Parts: sequence; C-alpha cells; structure tokens
Amino acid sequence: MERAQRQVGLAFISLYTVFLVLFGLLPSAYAIYLAFTKRNAFVGVANFVKVFKDYRFLPAVEHVGLYLVVWLVSLIILVVVLAIIVHAIGVKWLSTGVRFLYYIPGALAGASSVMLWLFVLDPTVSPVSFLLHGLGFNSFVETVQADHLPVTLAIIAFWTGAGGWIIVMYGALNNISRDVIEAARVDGAGPIRTAWFIQIPLLRKWIAYMVVLSFAGGTQLFVEPRVLSQASRGVVSQDYSLNQLAFLYAFKQSDFNGSAAISLVLLVVALVLSVIFVFRGGLFERA
Amino acid sequence: MNIMRISLALSALLIASPVVAADNSITVWADATRQPAVEAFEAAHPEIKVNLVVDDGSSGASGTFQTKIALADQAGSGWPDVVFSTQNNDASWVSQETNGVQAFAQVLSDGFLDKGFLEGYTPGAEDPVTVDGKVYGLRNDLAPVLFWYNKDLLTKFGYDVPKTWEDYQALGDKLAKDHPGYFLGSIGDSFEGPYVYYWSGEAPVFQIKGDTFSSTIDDPNTKKVSDLIDHMLKNGTLTQDSVFGASFVAKADHLVAIPGPAWYAGALFQNPASVNAKPGQWAAAPPLYWSNGDKVTGNVGGGVWYASSHTQNPDAVKTFLQFIVTNDKTAGTGGLPAYKAAADKWLDNQAKSGFFAGDFKGAISAAAASVWNGWGYPNFSPETAWAKVITPGLAAGKTMADLSADWQTEMKNEAQVVGYTVN
Repeated sequence: MERAQRQVGLAFISLYTVFLVLFGLLPSAYAIYLAFTKRNAFVGVANFVKVFKDYRFLPAVEHVGLYLVVWLVSLIILVVVLAIIVHAIGVKWLSTGVRFLYYIPGALAGASSVMLWLFVLDPTVSPVSFLLHGLGFNSFVETVQADHLPVTLAIIAFWTGAGGWIIVMYGALNNISRDVIEAARVDGAGPIRTAWFIQIPLLRKWIAYMVVLSFAGGTQLFVEPRVLSQASRGVVSQDYSLNQLAFLYAFKQSDFNGSAAISLVLLVVALVLSVIFVFRGGLFERA
Repeated sequence: MNIMRISLALSALLIASPVVAADNSITVWADATRQPAVEAFEAAHPEIKVNLVVDDGSSGASGTFQTKIALADQAGSGWPDVVFSTQNNDASWVSQETNGVQAFAQVLSDGFLDKGFLEGYTPGAEDPVTVDGKVYGLRNDLAPVLFWYNKDLLTKFGYDVPKTWEDYQALGDKLAKDHPGYFLGSIGDSFEGPYVYYWSGEAPVFQIKGDTFSSTIDDPNTKKVSDLIDHMLKNGTLTQDSVFGASFVAKADHLVAIPGPAWYAGALFQNPASVNAKPGQWAAAPPLYWSNGDKVTGNVGGGVWYASSHTQNPDAVKTFLQFIVTNDKTAGTGGLPAYKAAADKWLDNQAKSGFFAGDFKGAISAAAASVWNGWGYPNFSPETAWAKVITPGLAAGKTMADLSADWQTEMKNEAQVVGYTVN
C-alpha cells in the first residue's frame, strides 16, 4: 500500500520535475555560469559591478521596490478583507456570483489584460475618461507619467491577480472549523473581532503563501511596463523595471553576462525574502 | 552546457524557422508594409522560394531586429538571409563582430553587388549604411524633411509660404493672433523633435566622430531650435498630439502647414484615416532653413534592406535585393525610392497624378539632396531619450529650456552604456 502510494506520488511529480530541471534549474545554472564569466573566462564579480554602476540600475530598483510596496500591501489588505466579506455573505447565489466576478479578470493572460488597460488609461477612448479628466489627466502621456506608475501598475496587477487569491482565501476560510467560529460567537465576538482574532491568524499560512508567490512574480515586473512602453512610444521607458533592464542588456547590448547578473540579483533577493516568509508564515508546519 | 545550447537553438528555431539552403530559397524578415513588395518579387521570380517572416520592422526603435539576431548569434543558428529594418542606425551594430560571432551584415560593396549598381543610388542615400567606407545595406526609401502646407488655407488667410525658420515662427505669431486654433505642426511623437526640428535646424545634438558621441545643448543653433519650439508651444501653434493619434486627426482641418518627412505624403495627406486631403489642397515646399544658415534639412527614417553574412544562398539574395530596390512595383514601398532611376519614375508619376499642388518633384528633390550630414547614426536612437524625458516633461508644462539638459544627459548615458566615449 505504502509502496503503491509512493509510486503514484512519483508519477505525479515526474512531469513537473522534468520541466523544472529543463526550464528552471538548468537555465538558472547557466545564468550563474554566465554571471561570473565573460567570453567563457572567469571574471569574479565584474559583471555585477558593471550592472550596479549602470545609471539605469538604481532607478529600476526604486521603481520595482515602490511598485512592490504599493501592490503587496494593497493585495494583502484588500484580498483578506474581500474574502472575509464574501465568506460572510449568506445568500448563496450572490456569494457564488461575486466569486465568479472576482475570478474573470484572472482568466485574461498577462499581455492581453494590459492591452485592455491601454484603453482604460487613454483619456481619449477610456470608458472612465471622466475619472481620468477629474484626476487632471487629459492625454495618455499624462496618465503614464513616471511618478504615478507604481500605483497604476499595482492597480493593473491587482485587477488581474487578486480575484484568484480571493477564491483561494475563501477556500481557506471554509477550512476553519465551524465549531471555533461558533465558540467565538457564543463568547460575544462580532464579525470584526472574529475576523481579527480567529480568521486572520488562521489564514496566516495562506497569506504567507500569497506573499511569497506574489513577491516572486512582482520582482519580475516586465510585461506591463514593456507593453505600456511600446504603446506610449517610449514615454514609459524601456528600462523601467529590472527585468526590462536585463532584457536590454541581453538583446540590445549583446551582454548576456550582465543580463545574467541582474537576473541572479533578482533570484537571490526573491529567495531570501521567500525563505523569511516561509518560516515566519509557518508554511511548512504541519497543522 | 550542451542542453542549454540545444534549448537556445530550439527557441531560435521557433522564432526564425531557418530554411535549409540546399534548395533555392531564402528567409526574409520584414514588416507588414513590405509584404506586397516581397509578394511582387515572388511573382516575378518563381524560381526563388521566399519564406517571409513578418515582424514590426523595428519601428519606434523597438530593437526587434537586434534582439532576434542576438538570439541567433547566441544559438549559433537561425539567421535569416535578408532583413528589412525601418531604422537607419542599424549599420552601427550589424557591421560589428559581436561576442566572437561574425558581423551579421554582408558587406555589399566589396564585390558582392556590382559597383555600377551601387552607383545608381541617389547621392548620400547610402551614407547611413556606410561604415569605414564599406556599404552594409540598401536603402529602401528616402525620408528627407520638407515643408508641407495647406494651399487653400494660406491663400484664404493671405499669408506667404515661409522659406526660413524665422518666417515659420513669425507665421505662428500671426496665426495665433488672427486665427487662434489653427496650427503649424506637431511635436507629439518622439521623432519630430529630434529629426524634424533639431536635425533640420542644424543643431549638433546627436553627433558621432569615430567612437565619440557628443551632444551640444548650448550651441547657438540648438538654442534657436529650443526657443522656436518653446515659443510655438506657448502660442498654441505647435500641438503635443501625436500625428498618428485621434485628437490630431480630429483637428486636422485646422492644420495650416507642417514641416515633416516625405512619407507624410502617404501617411497623412493621402490617408483617408488621417488628414485626408482633397486633390490640389496640399502642397510641398522646399525645406525650411535658418536665414543665416546652410540650406539643409533633416531626415526621418527611410528603411534599409540587409543581406546576411551567414547566407547559404548568396545568388538568390543578390537577385532579391536588386529587384526590391529598383523595380517599379516595389521600390520605395510607397515612399520616395532611394534608388535614383526608381525615384525619378515615382516623382514623375506623382506629378502626373496632380494630387499635390505646386512643384512637388522640385521640393522633394531639393530636400533629398540636402540632408544635413552633421547627424550621427550610432547604435542607439535619440527617440528613446526624447520619449523618456521630453514628451512627459512638455506634457507636464515644462519647456525645452528646462528639459534640454536632462535630454542631453540621458542621451550621453545611453551612449556610454552601448560603448561610446562621451564628450
């Protein structure tokens, strides 16, 4: 029995493992090799020094950092709050309907959802142009000014990604035993106190899971600014995010080594922060 | 490492699907605008099979051409035989060996094509694709800047056609005072500023000498152009709307005149979705110049055909290139052909059609022969820095006087990153 189960388990992960090795581990190993070499000769940290000195590097770090702060904070707060509200809706069709609505934007793939946002953000064609005009934006160039891009990108990312997470959180809330909630209610806890003292602490693992995945995805910000850059004919610059910079290094400057160095920096940062969240969030603790 | 090479090669395969050269076939990368020309070639030369891969032609300095070649270089396979690019600064990198891989472009002048054939080009047309005396590409069309004006409106208002930039600015003042709402041009795209105003205005903001890049913001000509732009933005005779945008089209009937490239003919005036001029309404005049300056002008693009140095089928490539730049059906692909004989024919046909009032052929020929040679063709474009710094800056109400130093810094930084010494 034990053995059969293990075999099924292996079968389930085998395909994933093959792809992980081919498209995850091997490219990473190749990137590590590239990052410390130049024309196949070992050069130590020279590629990293070159990248750090690049005038575009710090602004890109700043852009991605700001975006991550705005996005992750709003993601955590809004997803948890919305999930708890949806979970509290007693009317079944309403609850199902709302969950379905949340999920729809997530079904659009990255680039196509950005295409949709191009129309939303252009005051001359936007269905919410009154809102944009109200904010003082009268042309697309004004809407995509660099100083409010972190917020704009966070809104786009939230719109595309948050729905799926609300559904995940909803599932997690379903897992909380009714007895615990019942006991809290008997002890006199209202919905807010129940949420704060019972539901959110029990969601900790799921929140950590969401943050780890979202953080890893967020540091790789590429599609949104890239498409906005093409659409705005360069007003959103081609070097806005770190991944865009890595792309320019590889394909504009033919410097695959510098490109690998940037990718490796991203990998290390994402790994370190993920480890922190995994352990602080108790992601691998057995319940 | 082998697996990495294979997977890279696979991805290059997916992108380029190279053709095994044993048969008489070539792979061509070009944009959709060039597709009819490639099809005309296939019809005329059924013995050569063309595998056309349509891309964006690297328009707007998107770098598609370079990106895909970098990938093929890294993979060691997947190069096309012929590439079309809308940009005319690619020669700077296609002529160079990259990371130990031979330069992508085939040298065309050292016997690959007949000397006599290359001499058939309009003088100066091949300058952007000539590096150290060697020719690396064939210009598809010429895009000199000239002065377009609405004859009906100028006559109605009783104004003369400006000849100099000073006349142009003065016309702006009169127009702003007597006919507010009417305007004289756009600075809403990233190409008008650098090419139509600074290049035509003989401003040394984008220069290359050997490996040194320089940009002089405090040169008298640069200052004059900046002042002109600021002045006309302030009185409303220059718009910040893109010439390809809906808001420009909506007020196109208030466009009195506009300095711009030869391809505005098809892209704006004869385009039903743009200005949509009536026959005889618009006219082309020779380019504007400074009253105390040289009679020179700028240039906005003009595509280039490149042959690959990796090709296994050089004869088919030669046949293709010579056909595409000289044949009546294909030369210029809608714009002013760069090949002299084809250009003359195209201009005669335009004159015969009578769509443009005045001396269309004279104006375009004057412009084509006087592109200022003080503008560089390095491995980056002034448009990216313009779009990043100037376009959002002007939209936020700043002036060229406020922004030009930042523009200069951004261009110098870009130059340094791609390996130029900065002066």
